[in-house]
Amino acid sequence: MKQRYDFGYFLSEGFRSIFTHGFMSFAAVCMIVCCLLIMGSFTLVAVNVDHMLGDLERENEFTAFVDERYTQEQTQALQATLEAIPNVASATFVSKEEAQENFAADKADNELFASLPATVYRDRYRIHVDEIQRMEDTVAQVEGTAGIAKVRAELEIAEGFVVVRNIAGAVAVILVVILLLVSLFIISNTIKLATFNRREEIAIMKMCGATNSFVRWPFVFEGMLLGLTGAVAAFFLEWGVYTLVGSAITTSDTIALITVLPFQPMALRVLGVFAGTGLVIGVGGSVLAIRKFLQV
Amino acid sequence: MIRLIDIQKAYDNGTKALKGVSFRIDDGEFVFLVGPSGSGKSTIIKLITAEIAPNAGRLMVNGYNLNNIRPRQVPYMRRTLGVIFQDFRLIEKKTVEENLTFAMRTVGAAPREIRKRIPYVLELVGLDQKGACRPTELSGGEQQRVAIARALVNNPQMIIADEPTGNLDPQRSLEIMMLLERINELGTTVLVVTHEKELVNRFAKRVVAIENGRVISDETGGYYNDETTI
Repeated sequence: MKQRYDFGYFLSEGFRSIFTHGFMSFAAVCMIVCCLLIMGSFTLVAVNVDHMLGDLERENEFTAFVDERYTQEQTQALQATLEAIPNVASATFVSKEEAQENFAADKADNELFASLPATVYRDRYRIHVDEIQRMEDTVAQVEGTAGIAKVRAELEIAEGFVVVRNIAGAVAVILVVILLLVSLFIISNTIKLATFNRREEIAIMKMCGATNSFVRWPFVFEGMLLGLTGAVAAFFLEWGVYTLVGSAITTSDTIALITVLPFQPMALRVLGVFAGTGLVIGVGGSVLAIRKFLQV
Repeated sequence: MIRLIDIQKAYDNGTKALKGVSFRIDDGEFVFLVGPSGSGKSTIIKLITAEIAPNAGRLMVNGYNLNNIRPRQVPYMRRTLGVIFQDFRLIEKKTVEENLTFAMRTVGAAPREIRKRIPYVLELVGLDQKGACRPTELSGGEQQRVAIARALVNNPQMIIADEPTGNLDPQRSLEIMMLLERINELGTTVLVVTHEKELVNRFAKRVVAIENGRVISDETGGYYNDETTI
């Protein structure tokens, strides 16, 4: 008899099995929803923290002082040279007069500094960088540019940002991987219980001459459907929880400084990640669960 | 055709189930495999269905050499066999027809083929009016007929019946044996594992007797003697 792979049959068997083992299916979907909610919430917190760090990074800058021997035209021409340096986002010119005004404004309560003449100050550029990790190299390149006499950069602060971001990123990745493995284990066990109820069916199939893939496919589709159902449910729950928590944070007097990213622009990506993860958990869990029962 | 040549099998716990068993079953034969509990009958069935592998000796089943069969070939070898168990092993949630459809789907049969084959097999086992019943609505004898129908539905070369009458009364047991005899007359090889002396002696068929992991007699038209049941 010729072997046929009727995927419509596998799908209908998988779909029917979900309702035949209703309680186990419900338990599996609940587990997927919980795992995705925990993972999703943590990831969204990490995304928000990353965004806030990005904002802080963008405010970070260093100052390049122009050689006093340069004429005004030469000084103005430096802007293009500086902005051509890799990793320089912008170079903003600050004349010695503006520098004096800014300094005087900062030290308004100290008469000693108020009377300093403008000639004491130098023309300068405030330089913003694209990537804070490369700041040290950028500072060195700016320092080596003809017409720049000196550079003042708070490299320790820049390094601090890099360390914080790296730690936050590593912790996020580690936690997501751990949660993913835990979810896979839980789902695998949940589906294993469902499979255990059907070990007799599987044994009959194997005795009739079913190939391993024939036995496996309905379970794969079942896992896929459970994973997708869990993913969609988790997506809408996540949306609700995120919106509620976000509005609570933004309306709070004490933690109003924290900015929360709106959910809608991220919604499609979150749905994609949830659906992908749900599929991986559902299918992976099914395949792991059924492995033992195929050895007949 | 089944061929066992000096088969030895010991389990992990050290039990030596078979100690050099040799016999051959040709196509179209009807053979009883008899012996007391623990003699090695079930081990032989497990070896033939490739659930376990022998430690030594050669084993051929319907053209497959089970000594070096690849795991992916095992399902195709099993399709040449139809296995019947003492406890029927039917799926209670499915109707009789669904149980047979399930067995045919398992080997990838087309829906048209299934629709054509199932009524024929149900008529052969005398259950053409019971297709819509669930196994729990049937008597023990009828359930075993469903199991026979399921074993037959994929048109195997050989039927292996492992204690098929163990759960049935004498009259139903006789009916099942007569059905197996009829199936054999239609060309299918039949191997029946049993320890029911009266039933074996009633049918003048070949009898292979096993005891302590060895073949102690192999007679065509033979009887299940008292000496073989120690």
